[in-house]
Amino acid sequence: MTLFLETLIGGLLAGTMYSLVAIGFVLIYKASGVFNFAQGSILLFSALLFVTLLEAGIPFALALIPTIAAIAIMAVLIEWWVLRPLTNRSAMTLFMATLGLSYVVEGVAQGAMGANVHALDIGIPDLPIFVGDLLISQFDLVAAITAIALVAILALIFDRTRIGISLRAVADDTRAALSVGINLNRIWQIVWTVAGITGLVAGLLWGARQGVQFSLSLVVLKALPVLIIGGFTSIFGAIIGGLIVGASENLAEAYIGPYIGGGITSWFAYFLALLFLFIRPTGIFGERTIQRV
Amino acid sequence: MTANSAGAGDQDAILRVRNISLSFQGIKAITDLSFNVRRREICALIGPNGAGKSSLLNVVNGVYTPDSGEIQYGNETFRRLKPLDAARRGIGRTFQNNALFKKMSVRDNIMTGLSRHSRTNFIEHALRLPRARREEADFTRRSESVLEFLDLRAHRHTPVGSLAYGVQKRVELGRALVSDPTLLLLDEPMAGMNAQEKAEMAAFIKDINQHLGITIVLIEHDVSVIMNLSDHVVVLDYGRKVGDGTPAEVRANPAVIAAYLGATH
Amino acid sequence: MTDTTLTLDRNISQPIVVRERKSGQYWLWLLLAGAYLALPTFGNEYWLNAIVVPFLILSLAGIGLNILTGYAGQTSLGSGGFMAVGAFATYAFLLHLQLTFPIALFLGGLIAALVGFLFGLPSAKIKGFYLMVTSLAAQFFLEWLFLKVPWFYNYSSSATISAPRLDTFGINLNNSLGKYYLVLTVVAVLTWVALNLVRSQTGRNWMAVRDMDTAAAVAGIRINHSKILAFAISSFYLGVAGALWTFAYLGSAGVQSFGLSRSFQILFIIIIGGLGSISGCFIGAAFISLLPLALDVIAQTLFAGRVDAGLLQNIQKAIFGALIIWFLIKEPDGMARLISSWRSRLSIWPLRF
Ligand SMILES: Nc1ncnc2c1ncn2[C@@H]1O[C@H](COP(=O)(O)OP(=O)(O)O)[C@@H](O)[C@H]1O
Ligand SMILES: [Mg+2]
Repeated sequence: MTLFLETLIGGLLAGTMYSLVAIGFVLIYKASGVFNFAQGSILLFSALLFVTLLEAGIPFALALIPTIAAIAIMAVLIEWWVLRPLTNRSAMTLFMATLGLSYVVEGVAQGAMGANVHALDIGIPDLPIFVGDLLISQFDLVAAITAIALVAILALIFDRTRIGISLRAVADDTRAALSVGINLNRIWQIVWTVAGITGLVAGLLWGARQGVQFSLSLVVLKALPVLIIGGFTSIFGAIIGGLIVGASENLAEAYIGPYIGGGITSWFAYFLALLFLFIRPTGIFGERTIQRV
Repeated sequence: MTANSAGAGDQDAILRVRNISLSFQGIKAITDLSFNVRRREICALIGPNGAGKSSLLNVVNGVYTPDSGEIQYGNETFRRLKPLDAARRGIGRTFQNNALFKKMSVRDNIMTGLSRHSRTNFIEHALRLPRARREEADFTRRSESVLEFLDLRAHRHTPVGSLAYGVQKRVELGRALVSDPTLLLLDEPMAGMNAQEKAEMAAFIKDINQHLGITIVLIEHDVSVIMNLSDHVVVLDYGRKVGDGTPAEVRANPAVIAAYLGATH
Repeated sequence: MTDTTLTLDRNISQPIVVRERKSGQYWLWLLLAGAYLALPTFGNEYWLNAIVVPFLILSLAGIGLNILTGYAGQTSLGSGGFMAVGAFATYAFLLHLQLTFPIALFLGGLIAALVGFLFGLPSAKIKGFYLMVTSLAAQFFLEWLFLKVPWFYNYSSSATISAPRLDTFGINLNNSLGKYYLVLTVVAVLTWVALNLVRSQTGRNWMAVRDMDTAAAVAGIRINHSKILAFAISSFYLGVAGALWTFAYLGSAGVQSFGLSRSFQILFIIIIGGLGSISGCFIGAAFISLLPLALDVIAQTLFAGRVDAGLLQNIQKAIFGALIIWFLIKEPDGMARLISSWRSRLSIWPLRF
């Protein structure tokens, strides 16, 4: 039972990381209808830039400023060069464009900053602690708390600020939002920046654990099943989806893995998502609509 | 004799719509609707925008599943029908907002309508076996005759996406027609056309009905076109039937005048 | 009213000319003759084995994915996985049943088709992004399978497979010319088959499903059958390509050769070459094979070896990505369209004066 609980909690905590990445997707998807495959590369880029700055001797807090600035600049460029010229094109075309974008960002990031693994110490010890009689990773705990804090901040932004309200308007009805004078291009730039920052947070947490390296960009692949389960348009769904994927993946690896050779986390989430799709083809939080003809 | 076919005893009906109701997320689009369409007639569905006309056609050929009620087509009765089953039984259809295959050429679009007649499989296609070649030649010939009939031969190889709206409407009619349907459902086939194009389209529809004996249900707003073309008119308002009879009867029906003809549209 | 007469059941007076696309065919034959006769005579071995053979195989894989994505409109990121199935299945037939290579290859393709069929089944219910999950499930599961189950690589310690023999009905093809002819023949035949398919009712049904599936069903097309067939046939092509990649190009390979980046590569080939174009697959594959070489040459001449290989690779990656975006924006129909519009401009060029 203890093992089960520990596995479950470990999975849930790891799942918050998926949630964090998935939130970035949801933001972008809501605002611009793009399934942003480049989210992983942007995460890699920003984490890599941050580590490089740290290694150059710049203090932690100070290094955040140019990193966030770089994310904002990247968002603006993406909006200019990719999103704007592809307005009104199919979602699939946009997706493929972000696939190309991910190659550009990765190529530039690794070309400019190298492909080495960088150790990153953000001051959280990666030692397990006992909570009651359960052994829990302290690091995961901090990561989860950070994720929760970030979500709370995002929720505040969306509820209280003008930008947030405009964003919700765009997500609800793009045409109506345009007609009341909301600048869609500006919204896109802001949203891509915010999504980039959530990516940075996830990238730093993850990078601190396993080193900042290319494989960070692969978290994007976990986001798809998370979004399928949680729905593409719900931040709450992304969180739940992340937790479900994290927990079930961990449990499956612990209980099924040993019988079939292990390493099943590479595909387990996808089969889980497929299962969900068969039961509810539009995700838990997605709405069923009938195509108009 | 009147063409009023609301009576259940109508022996000559090809299509019987019985007590159909349909709603979208709780909003009723069609409420307890019944009417019959006789073999070889042209039946016009009229009513203001949002009355549920297109939805009704979608129910008849299985694109929408009704909440309740049934559709009798020929000798079969369906509670729910799939578009493919409708097509295979000879129900052809065009859409209000053209539903063509935009990147395909005009002729390829039309040839897709022949799918239900295909008797060859993909292996025969892959290897160009004799049966596949013969069928392809036959399909090409049948499509060409439809192209000629609808005066579309000049556009044969043009991707439909680049054609004018009115021409696209004809292509869509061609795709439905080539399949040799028994019943044709035409959703606003003359929308967005000028007077001459409308007259041509009306002539095509009349021809199809008289010479090929195809039963037609069409949605149209232009009252003069309806009066000329149709044998039978069904009037819808807010998803309910408010009139059913010959054009003359319907025109004289006060409820219809109130609901539709009097209203601006 | 009008003078429209009904000609539906009458025979049309003049015979219908159904002989389009003919002029292109001479070019095809010429190209094929060149590939069979001229290339081996004038090209050197390095070119044949290091450039032409992989180019042909990638074109074949491109055709496979293009059938699914470009024609039938179903996005897949699982091409690499299906290539792996073809490779490992062919290996099993070679090893355990001692079949001659072409037959093992064909059967390997069929196994891949079967797996493609299975992973295609959800397409009846799932669309778009949701369907991408299926293809990624296939990709990752298959990668895992061919790594974790040693039977597939005959318990070799390196987890790789290599052809025991490469004989074709008694003729040994295990030399560079033999491999080249083997690949060329397979690719030529399967290209012919693909052209037949996309120009037949099967192909039209695929395109109809791609352009608008509801309308396709209303027009009487069995859309689920069409989609699943596209999955199976596409996987057959990918499987054959995977086996050729392993046995005729690399010589020996593990599942690492068929990872997600391979799937992306194939997808890029068809985006650059042209979605829904068979010739585009060759153009895209040529482009993707030649661009690294061209970049190498440029880097050599401009910087004379001062640019290290890693950087060059990243530059190449960024250029590929930028090209993908550029094509999607400017020429969504790919280079095939670009070239054909150049050709038609060229042919009317004198008229401009
Ligand atoms: N797929 C759909 N989803 C939601 N509502 C729909 C859909 N199709 C039609 N409706 C609604 O049903 C009602 C009838 O629409 P429709 O049949 O298109 O009317 P008509 O063709 O008579 O103009 C309208 O209120 C419309 O908004
Ligand atoms: Mg309508």
